[in-house]
Amino acid sequence: MNRLLKAFGGASGLTQIGVLAVVLMIVLPVTTDLFHLNLFGKYLTYTFVAVGLVLCWGYGGILSLGQGVFFGLGGYCMAMFLKLEASTPEATKIQTTPGIPDFMDWNQITALPWFWQPFHSFGFTLFAIVAVPAVFAWVIGYAMFKRRVGGVYFAIITQAIATIMTILIVGQQGYTGGINGITDLRTLMGWDIRTDSAQYILYFACCAALVLCLLISAFVLNSRFGRLLIAMRDQEDRVRFSGYDVANMKVFVFVLASVFAAIGGAFFTLQVGFMSPTFVGAVASIEMVVFCAVGGRLSVVGAAVGAFAVSWAKTNLSDSFPQVWPVVMGALFIGVVMFFPRGMAGLVADYLPRLWRKRATRKPAAPAGTAVSSTRKPPAGAPQEQHS
Amino acid sequence: MSNAMLLEVEDLSVSFDGFKAIDDLNFYVERNELRVVIGPNGAGKTTLLDLICGKTRATSGKINFRNRDLTKLSEHQIVHAGVGRKFQTPSIYENLTVRHNLELSSPGGRTVLSSLFFRRTDKLVDRVNEIAETIYLVDQLDMSAGLLSHGQKQWLEIGMLLIQDPELLMLDEPVAGMSVPEREATAALLNRIKENRAVIVIEHDMDFVKDIGHKVTVLHQGKILAEGPMDKIQNDERVIEVYLGH
Repeated sequence: MNRLLKAFGGASGLTQIGVLAVVLMIVLPVTTDLFHLNLFGKYLTYTFVAVGLVLCWGYGGILSLGQGVFFGLGGYCMAMFLKLEASTPEATKIQTTPGIPDFMDWNQITALPWFWQPFHSFGFTLFAIVAVPAVFAWVIGYAMFKRRVGGVYFAIITQAIATIMTILIVGQQGYTGGINGITDLRTLMGWDIRTDSAQYILYFACCAALVLCLLISAFVLNSRFGRLLIAMRDQEDRVRFSGYDVANMKVFVFVLASVFAAIGGAFFTLQVGFMSPTFVGAVASIEMVVFCAVGGRLSVVGAAVGAFAVSWAKTNLSDSFPQVWPVVMGALFIGVVMFFPRGMAGLVADYLPRLWRKRATRKPAAPAGTAVSSTRKPPAGAPQEQHS
Repeated sequence: MSNAMLLEVEDLSVSFDGFKAIDDLNFYVERNELRVVIGPNGAGKTTLLDLICGKTRATSGKINFRNRDLTKLSEHQIVHAGVGRKFQTPSIYENLTVRHNLELSSPGGRTVLSSLFFRRTDKLVDRVNEIAETIYLVDQLDMSAGLLSHGQKQWLEIGMLLIQDPELLMLDEPVAGMSVPEREATAALLNRIKENRAVIVIEHDMDFVKDIGHKVTVLHQGKILAEGPMDKIQNDERVIEVYLGH
């Protein structure tokens, strides 16, 4: 039991995840109406991407500016299944070719393309939501990391891939729904996902999936692999000359982050009811990096909260001042990177114990095992290991 | 060459944009030997180590190590074959503790899956303590490695190699920037760890070389200028001219 606890980051790490789970699954549903809960459900899907970025960027030092691609792949896989289910011959009988998605009919396509066929099966769809982004990430990762492409070059290439993906989706509108995306999704295996009860159930399913991803992250970061990530970020050559195939390690963490993003994308489609190229492109991808940075790129829970908080601010601000929002977000990103490299989680870790100690005067400092709450302030840009 | 040699570097050349950093070099190291490589700046000392550990690829020539040609192996395979290399500037993981630095360097758990499910065994704990004792860092085991002094970082990196138990250990300027007591401790350390393995040391500090040196190789312009025991090298006129005389 004790060993199991330790494998997930000990009591302090699990407490953070537990608190987040309680807030998401009890406090929010009790205190907010369904409209807002659905909105929170949408924000929640971004947290998956942010958590993946903590592993990949915060610990592994691999900055991907193309996580939207994987969010989109997961989301599109789910949307294809739902769209096929919504496109029964009866529902589409006014089309030239009944039984295919409406946008295909508008684009003079007369038969369902081969790659759409397997998405009739829900089992295959679930498999594809994980497998398609995983394979795509593996190909990108393998091609780049084996050639030792890293750092800013990796960031630029992933951003280019995100842009290319958007152009591809928009350009092939007969197969993808184009700029509008895949819309008008109704049922999941006969179950209407637009009803109030479905919205609640999907919200809770999304929370559960997020907690699972957080637990997986905690396990990964507390393993030898997690420490290797830090080691590779700080001294890649030393890791290589200690007998590790660095490229394999990087490919794995990139694939894992991408799968997390794809799960988030699939839940986005389910909860919001459509998927479009807006969430694939460079802007969306960079937004996700900002979420992660603001929340704290060395804390999975912090990044999740950051994604939530920034999306919320975005909804409120961009409604009232649409022109101001991009500037605010840019300023936020620069500010965080320059002054709070560990984001909100870092601020909490630095200042909470200080407040604590002011109350309980001259109590001994936190034991070494809880490095998260230690007040030791690392130099900017060189964040300390969290789970020692 | 006979099997008594652990490392056989034969006809090795590497050129960078036409500049021959290593020029048709032949270089042999026996088992249980401590070899010091000296030479002026740009002689190709570090390049030689880079070639052996795979950081730089040879233009031509062979590097035989226990009957395997290292020029055909990737960096991590060379490590698995039994070659450990310390860099000139201490390369340690500053954000991890000394203990984790040593543990990460231990063999086992080197693939993605095995590192994910790696369990710390009692044997590993003992081994880490043993190494920590050798490198004078027992009291610092749970300290963040970034807080160590420069000399202690150098020792830590040596320890990270020792835990892999390599048959060939290559150290690039291990005492650079060390105080006199630290230098003496390092000489004692090297004399202890050369048991059961070959050690190649690049060094500029001639007093240190005298402390540890058995056989010395002098490199100059990518070639071997002289090779032999320290006292003979010190009196070699060509060596005095290109290197020691300065």
